[in-house]
Amino acid sequence: MSDTTPEYRGAGHHGGTMDTVRKGLAKRKRKQMILQGFGIAAIGFALTVLFILLASLFSTGYQAFTQTHVELDVFVDPQEIPEENLPRGGFRDVLSDSLGQYFPESDMTDRAEARVLSSILSNGAQFTLRDMIVEDPSLIGQTISLKVATSDPYDQLNKGLIDRDTPEDFRRLKDEEIQNFDTLSELGLISKPLNTGLLTNADSRFPELAGLKGALVGSFWVLLTCFVISFPLGIGAAIYLEEFAPKNKVSDFIEVNINNLAAVPSVVFGLLALAVFIGWFGMPRSAPFVGGLTLALMTMPTIIIATRASLKAVPPSIREAALGVGASKHQVVFQHVLPLAMPGILTGTIIGLAQALGETAPLLLIGMNAFITSAASSPFDSATALPTQIFIWADSPERGFVSRTSAAILVLLGFLITMNAIAIFLRQRFQRKW
Amino acid sequence: MGMLPFAILLVAAIVGYMINLQSARAIRADGTKLHSLSGFHGLFSALLVLVPVLTFVLLWLGFEGAVIESLMFASLPTGTLDGLGTGEVQLIGAEIRSIAGGRVFGTPEDWKLAAADRLIAYEAWSDWLLIAAVAALSVALVLFARSRVAPEYRARQQVEKITTGLMIFCATVAIFTTIGIVFALTYETFKFFQMVPLSEFLFGTSWEPQIPIREDQIAAEGAFGAVPVFLGTIVIATIALTVAVPVGLLTAIYLNEFAPHAVRSVIKPILEILAGVPTVVYGFFAILVVAPALRELGADLGLDVASNTALAAGGVMGVMLIPFISSFADDALSAVPQSLRDGALALGATRGEMMMNVLFPAAIPGIVGGVLLAVSRAIGETMIVVMAAGLIARMTINPLDSVTAVTVQIVTLLIGDTAFDSPKTLAAFALGMMLFLATLVINVFALRIVRKYREIYD
Repeated sequence: MSDTTPEYRGAGHHGGTMDTVRKGLAKRKRKQMILQGFGIAAIGFALTVLFILLASLFSTGYQAFTQTHVELDVFVDPQEIPEENLPRGGFRDVLSDSLGQYFPESDMTDRAEARVLSSILSNGAQFTLRDMIVEDPSLIGQTISLKVATSDPYDQLNKGLIDRDTPEDFRRLKDEEIQNFDTLSELGLISKPLNTGLLTNADSRFPELAGLKGALVGSFWVLLTCFVISFPLGIGAAIYLEEFAPKNKVSDFIEVNINNLAAVPSVVFGLLALAVFIGWFGMPRSAPFVGGLTLALMTMPTIIIATRASLKAVPPSIREAALGVGASKHQVVFQHVLPLAMPGILTGTIIGLAQALGETAPLLLIGMNAFITSAASSPFDSATALPTQIFIWADSPERGFVSRTSAAILVLLGFLITMNAIAIFLRQRFQRKW
Repeated sequence: MGMLPFAILLVAAIVGYMINLQSARAIRADGTKLHSLSGFHGLFSALLVLVPVLTFVLLWLGFEGAVIESLMFASLPTGTLDGLGTGEVQLIGAEIRSIAGGRVFGTPEDWKLAAADRLIAYEAWSDWLLIAAVAALSVALVLFARSRVAPEYRARQQVEKITTGLMIFCATVAIFTTIGIVFALTYETFKFFQMVPLSEFLFGTSWEPQIPIREDQIAAEGAFGAVPVFLGTIVIATIALTVAVPVGLLTAIYLNEFAPHAVRSVIKPILEILAGVPTVVYGFFAILVVAPALRELGADLGLDVASNTALAAGGVMGVMLIPFISSFADDALSAVPQSLRDGALALGATRGEMMMNVLFPAAIPGIVGGVLLAVSRAIGETMIVVMAAGLIARMTINPLDSVTAVTVQIVTLLIGDTAFDSPKTLAAFALGMMLFLATLVINVFALRIVRKYREIYD
């Protein structure tokens, strides 16, 4: 028709289009490849970061699962530690004297030299000895074999984290101190057993003695409180909204409220707890009970949503059959639907509790980041929780706390993985497909 | 002692259940027809005891402390508290309480020792009163419930009424929580704005919340211009989204259209791990690995990177948000009707073109909703910024610099001593109010977009 495209006419209209399409096809395919490439790169980026995250935690954290100890023969000198005044005994002097026996050439009456030597021992060693003797005063006057933690710098040295080749001025341990340590090492007194203290000790200012017991107990109380409050409340609310509530403005408003609560930043819940629970009701600060109460408010939406989903999944035939043989609406729900929905509800609850276990900000605001050296014996005592303990240790300047923090994170992740595994197991094992 | 009222209550409920069950069974054994199953008569008694008495105990325990303390203050010799501020009165209260708890420091005045003795006495009285009241109430209710057992009594309806009431109470807890948040934030924020003008807070550019402790201290007067704090949050959130949005969207596009089924079913749960890692762990990761790496990189390029650069906090937060955005985008892409895919492919589009020119534009509203929710998460995220971002508020948008954020200020202002009458503490609540309002608006808006968009295709 037009003279401007003579070659089209020659090749035939149809063939010309195909040529153009074919010519463009390679380019279009390439574009698609590029898009796919970007996609793979994006996934690769996310996976790489995850890998680096875990790798860095493991590579720093595994060190904290062992702890350098030194084994000493300690002569419990009745002169230093009189039986009638045990708590005030000179435990530190006894320990440094017992160290001195391995260094015959050094003069233990020289205070400076003695101080350098006893810096090998953890500052908590004297309390370990004191507790032993308070428990069994008959040890006074005897020579006992005592295995105590070394202080943090020597622990680092033993784990190869302090480089012996760095010039002395830039090293945390001087040549003399390293030599002392090597002497003990040659005598076979140094060992590096599994660090059970990480789980059985409470918090301490000294990294070599700091453990997670207080935090684990605190987290246990927090989660227990959270569960006791949020589980019945969540299930009650969900059953009402799903099975009984009339479809009106009020139940709509409740639904909108629950959805919004699920998206409110956690720190705002902390503010609520601080102002209302602690400020107005006068509940104790740093108490796991208050933490659990706060986290229960945050966990409730999760439980409600999970419960409603699993109530919905129970087929209507169950309800109809129960109604058909004369059950009331309440009997249908509580005796037939709810038991069938239970696996799904428990799965949702465990996942909600796992989230609560990792929650930090609200606990910080109610003061669960205090320095507490004993485990709480009730939910009303002051305590820390696992995530807040991680926060405290991450903030501590001592080098030894870096690996402790990583180790604490690994413990936390271990709990989270276990809880999620239980949830998945429950779902696989008990949930029925209708 | 503390658990005794609860134990009495539990025993009373069980006893009431058994009594009613037995008497209902006895009636049935006589051959009379009961309206309700005997179990319902039992449950009626148990619930009738549990619900009111438990409410009573909880209310008692809730108000016990305040009542005892005011009694104790009222019993102090007249004139001791005259002219003292609220803080000093609180301090005296704390001292008396610690003396009562057996922790005596120094030599307290005689009237404090006497007050501590009275405090112990009041507490013992309160405990005994509570136990007596619980026991009396329980017995009365058990007897009342027993008197109700009769052939024609509609125990099932009564039980169902009580359980419905309990469930309604459970459902309204969500409303009470929201009211609690709004009321607490508004109240403290209102007090704050009585000390600091609203215009200074919203438009001031200097944030130095340190209040001098002594009168003569040469410290900052305390400036509460929140603009640099807001700016810091915006900078960090922007960095986070710059990381999370492209990575999340590309991940979703690939997983939704191109990935083989096996790959998808492996990669998705692995990405979910990123969402399940607690934020305190990300914070530690940011200070342990990311920030030093960025600093080194900056030094190699000749850039001056602050040790707590906004890039570290923002970047790590971005990684946390990747699974959030990718799962929202994945859902949105899957929600696009199959007919649109088929139509595009039938017209000769490659799968890439179909994705970029048809599916993606069609899914935009859902994706925008997801990104908005991610924004609200980014500005509300606390632990990563508390650990990895700075404390000092600077008016800068340079991502290499250290900036602070709203949540950082809330946490740092409230950690440590908190007196509810200093502007420093109240400032945290004002910031919390801003945070709550901002996230609320974004959430409502985002949820509306997501819902509306779902309706179009359903």
